[in-house]
Amino acid sequence: MPVMNIQDFSFTYPNVSHPSLKNINMKIRKNKITALIGPSGCGKSTLLRSMNRIHDLYPGNRYEGTIDLLNDSTQKMENILDIKKENEFIELRQRVGMIFQKPTPFPMSIFDNVAYGLKIAGIKNKSELAGRVEQALKDGALWKEVNDRLDKSAMGLSGGQQQRLCIARAVAVKPEVILFDEPTSALDPISTGAIEELLVELKKDVSIAIVTHNMQQASRISDYTAFMYLGDLIEFDKTESIFLNPKEKQTEDYITGRFG
Amino acid sequence: MRLLINKIVLGLSTLSALIGLGFLAWILITLFIKGLGSFHFSLFLNDLIDGGLRNLIVGQFILAGIAAAIGIPLGMVAGIYLQEYGRSRYAGLIRNLSDIMMSAPSIVIGAFVYAIVVVPSGGTSGFAGAIALSIMMLPIVINTTDNMLSLVPRELREAGIALGASKYRVILDIVIKAAKVGIMTGILLAFARIIGETAPLLFTSETSNYFSLDLSESFPSLTVSIYDLANEPEESSRDLAWAASFILTVLVLTINLTGRYFTRNKKR
Repeated sequence: MPVMNIQDFSFTYPNVSHPSLKNINMKIRKNKITALIGPSGCGKSTLLRSMNRIHDLYPGNRYEGTIDLLNDSTQKMENILDIKKENEFIELRQRVGMIFQKPTPFPMSIFDNVAYGLKIAGIKNKSELAGRVEQALKDGALWKEVNDRLDKSAMGLSGGQQQRLCIARAVAVKPEVILFDEPTSALDPISTGAIEELLVELKKDVSIAIVTHNMQQASRISDYTAFMYLGDLIEFDKTESIFLNPKEKQTEDYITGRFG
Repeated sequence: MRLLINKIVLGLSTLSALIGLGFLAWILITLFIKGLGSFHFSLFLNDLIDGGLRNLIVGQFILAGIAAAIGIPLGMVAGIYLQEYGRSRYAGLIRNLSDIMMSAPSIVIGAFVYAIVVVPSGGTSGFAGAIALSIMMLPIVINTTDNMLSLVPRELREAGIALGASKYRVILDIVIKAAKVGIMTGILLAFARIIGETAPLLFTSETSNYFSLDLSESFPSLTVSIYDLANEPEESSRDLAWAASFILTVLVLTINLTGRYFTRNKKR
């Protein structure tokens, strides 16, 4: 079942004449990992950043088509491109979380980092906060490493720990979808392995879209893969089909390393 | 041949560095010898009328303190506007104006405040002096805030937004915290700058021989008094000017070094 349905979606950056994404059609399925792969500049990050409309921080973008997001309570699809009001944006971002390439710990304690989104969401009760933070850190596979220093600055953690903290922070607000924008490209292989395991663990509770430069990563962890090239979606299918039996020549060329 | 040129350039740059440092050392040594010679702890206990400097030091701090109380909040808010909200050409204009104001001669700012505050209010006052100093400080604070906020990575702002925080919350809770040390250092350096200024105070607060907390009258100022004392014919007045210069230099140096200490700690 799709939680996000992208139809005839085009995206144009401000002050640019031609669109960076052209007629994209794909789905993010519930409790699955969907990978976006393709060479640099193919638009995979642009597509990911449309899914929580973080683009709107910088005015002047043009969207066409629809990106429907499943509303859990009504089971209806709602087009997130219709959103205009500030409080609707806030709700959208609480439902669709995001992790960035470079870890982005806030300059505050580990506890406050994880509690930040919860406080924004209006949770004030101290014991509830503490419980949610603990659960989020456990979900982020970080609890054992930091439970004795929750009040210490998050800036003192290693890169891999910082990234897992960011994941815990995103998980804490219980989003329906989490978008990962090359979450391991700034990390060493061991931290990368830990994050990959964590993603597979997380998909029980949340649907995941991940942009990655690393094809092995896509084949290891994702259930569906979209291959993009120069703003077009070339092929979107189950990961094993894409990697073992690609239908398009371009996909095959990219996956076998003939370009990109 | 290339080696020779290399040696000549290295020699010349070493020489000019030494000349620069030499003059700096000369100034400091003269100041220490002359200043320490006439320095006495009783200077801190008596007012200028009794041959001391107490009222001047207190007065200078009050002037700079009020200037900071006006200049820091205004400058910070303006800097936040420029970096976080201002995308229009209008914001670019303000940024340029603020940069130009930073290099405005301080005597011109003094003359400006004389025209808009001292003349209408009928005389020199502590308020006028503090306003002149705050105008000196404003562009520095704007520039520092603007620059330090620009160093905060874009991703940190996006991460805040992606958690559902509104823009102003991200700025208040995250961006300013991330830039806190840099902004504080800049503010401290700005404070060190204005506490040693003479020209903006010359026709605005003037100075006073007596201890005063009344900002509506001429107000005691260390820097203006140094200027006055150095012009006196008596040896004792000039000695007092040296002692005052020494104290002022130590104060400014301390504030400056504290600022630099913060920056160094941040880098580590």
